[in-house]
Amino acid sequence: MKVFKGTIAALMLSCGFGVSAQAENLSGTLKIFSDMSNPAPRAVMEGMVERFGALHPDLEIELTVIDREAYKTQIRNFLTANAPDVANWYAANRMKPYVDAGLFEDISDVWASPELADLASTKGAMTLDEKQWGVPYTYYQWGVYYRADIYKELGLSEPSTFEEMKSNCQAILDSGRKCYTIGTKFLWTAGGWFDYLNMRTNGYDYHAKLTAGEIPWSDDGVKATFANWRELIDMGAFIDNHTAYSWQESLPFIVSGDAAAILKGNFAVPPLREAGLDDSKLDFYQFPAITEGVALAEDAPTDTFHIPAKAENKEAAKAFLKFVVSADNQTLINNGENLGQLPVNAKSSVDDDKFLQEGFTMLSSNSPGGVAQFFDRDAPAEMAKVAMEGFQEFMVKPDNLDKILARLDRAAKRIYK
Amino acid sequence: MPSSNKAATRSSWYKRNEIAVTPWLFLLPGVAFFLLYVIFPIFQSINVSFYDWDGLGEAEWIGFGNYEELYWDDAFYVSLRNNLIWLVMYLLAIPAGLFIALFLNQTVTGIRLYKSLFFFPFVISQVVVGLVFTWFYDPTFGLLNEFIGLFGLGPINVLGDERYVTYGIIAAGIWPQTAYCMILYLTGLNAVDPEQIEAARLDGAKGARLLWHVIIPQLKPATFIAFVVTIIGALRSFDLISIMTNGGPFGESRVLSFYMFEVALSEYGFRMGYGASIAVVLFLIMLCFITYFLYSMYQDDKGGR
Repeated sequence: MKVFKGTIAALMLSCGFGVSAQAENLSGTLKIFSDMSNPAPRAVMEGMVERFGALHPDLEIELTVIDREAYKTQIRNFLTANAPDVANWYAANRMKPYVDAGLFEDISDVWASPELADLASTKGAMTLDEKQWGVPYTYYQWGVYYRADIYKELGLSEPSTFEEMKSNCQAILDSGRKCYTIGTKFLWTAGGWFDYLNMRTNGYDYHAKLTAGEIPWSDDGVKATFANWRELIDMGAFIDNHTAYSWQESLPFIVSGDAAAILKGNFAVPPLREAGLDDSKLDFYQFPAITEGVALAEDAPTDTFHIPAKAENKEAAKAFLKFVVSADNQTLINNGENLGQLPVNAKSSVDDDKFLQEGFTMLSSNSPGGVAQFFDRDAPAEMAKVAMEGFQEFMVKPDNLDKILARLDRAAKRIYK
Repeated sequence: MPSSNKAATRSSWYKRNEIAVTPWLFLLPGVAFFLLYVIFPIFQSINVSFYDWDGLGEAEWIGFGNYEELYWDDAFYVSLRNNLIWLVMYLLAIPAGLFIALFLNQTVTGIRLYKSLFFFPFVISQVVVGLVFTWFYDPTFGLLNEFIGLFGLGPINVLGDERYVTYGIIAAGIWPQTAYCMILYLTGLNAVDPEQIEAARLDGAKGARLLWHVIIPQLKPATFIAFVVTIIGALRSFDLISIMTNGGPFGESRVLSFYMFEVALSEYGFRMGYGASIAVVLFLIMLCFITYFLYSMYQDDKGGR
């Protein structure tokens, strides 16, 4: 690869081109592979390509949008065989396999440039081995989305402690409803519950150590987390038969009022609104504290852009990444008409939407413990899979806990070696 | 001229050996692709199964390490058990297909339409079958629970309960498979010798005895093919599982092929070597059947001559 680049450079020199490509006159083709396949994200991606193309008329941009789920399995093929210049992916450990295999380009130099100084809050999530491997373009808060009208009817208020959470839940159960809807068919929804219960029971640092494999799963802290979870399960807080549903299929329960709340990322808001829950019926609260004195920490998964190591037009790719994270673009693509999520650039403004405002305030001022990505992005892929399967099993058969934890410990020994 | 001389000898060599060579020439493309896409990958995955490899970086030789891990892996035994359940239960499609074929093997008005309707599930995609059954089984809104609710039973969560899930998926798979067996038997029934049936009737045979001693022996070729396709269908049971449960709840509906996909190729799977070792085990299971099929076909051929 090095030799190849050298030859190209020599060729360009001999033809009289300047090697120092100016950001303004980018040329050639820029190939982008994107997983933003849902309607709104797709429009955002196409809009960005259009505006970036208008800035650089000599640059030809080829955008390929791939189905979001299919993308997750295709990425390893195209990174090795047919690499684009820019590709979507996720932050933290989720990018580790590709970083370790040398398939993502180290872009610490882009991060060193002044344009990215306002992204400091997400830098940690993009850093592995002291280097940065991509840029974020959006993130979103997690929390409890609940039916405000049901809470009002029962005279409940947003809980701030686990005790209140449980007493609220009991009141909801007594009224013939379930407290939380969840669909665990694809496992990761249970990972969200574990994240919150563990971060509230043991704190962010403990959670980070656990997902990094420094704490065994048979540790007493983990057991305390599961004990808290079990209290909810034994109350019957979750809907029955959740193993049969995806998260989308679990939404009708909250829409119909058979369940009062859902723990989910902000991406659940548009479908719930479409189903008829307006802002008077749908509201949001931060997951309440469990252990006193443990600093609140949140899940806020970050979606990202990367440059594959085998990209051909890295100059243009880097310019594109800088364009994506620029304050104006961030304000635009994350507003209510587009992604409806939070901008990563501190100089951008957050949309007026009540959930985005509440989420932004929560993440910037009421999350002193730290911000985690999400269970399947913080833990290595294989560990995440085994563990989330264990969470699902635990939610159905809480008595199997010891067996599950022993299994997770065995898997951890193999995975974090 | 030497070149035309050479061409002359070559063509004459071909002329002399035409009978022996031509079949091989016709076979050549097929054999080449078979070697490249079937035989070679078999050895390749046997080779990969001895490595610890994430599919991206360096592969590390670990000998029988993957197999040793399989030996201790509960999920592997669950998948193996489910594979066996699939193999046994799926065979129900053969008698079911025979029964429907016998039922449809009559001449009444519109019988072609009825036959088409019975054959319909085999024509639609497995994905559609999977979705239809998923909705049918839905614990809250599904037709199944509405129905058993009439008798005061249920609700049962077929696809979310580890006790029923495999059987639930197999039931969905048997639906199209029965149609397939039915069509095999329908064609087979056309070839049944009417004189033999007449003779049997004259001798006073009827009902089940007629079926068992006269008709079924004549359907032996159809039964053999039905057996082969059903076994293959059972071992390929990947799409329905992927659509209906994604292997869940907590991995209880996985079969070996799905487990292999999960550990090696899915969203969270990066273990090519481990996946390959599962593939090898699956291959060994299939090899038993393949050997049996080849052997019995060979016997038939010998008997035929």
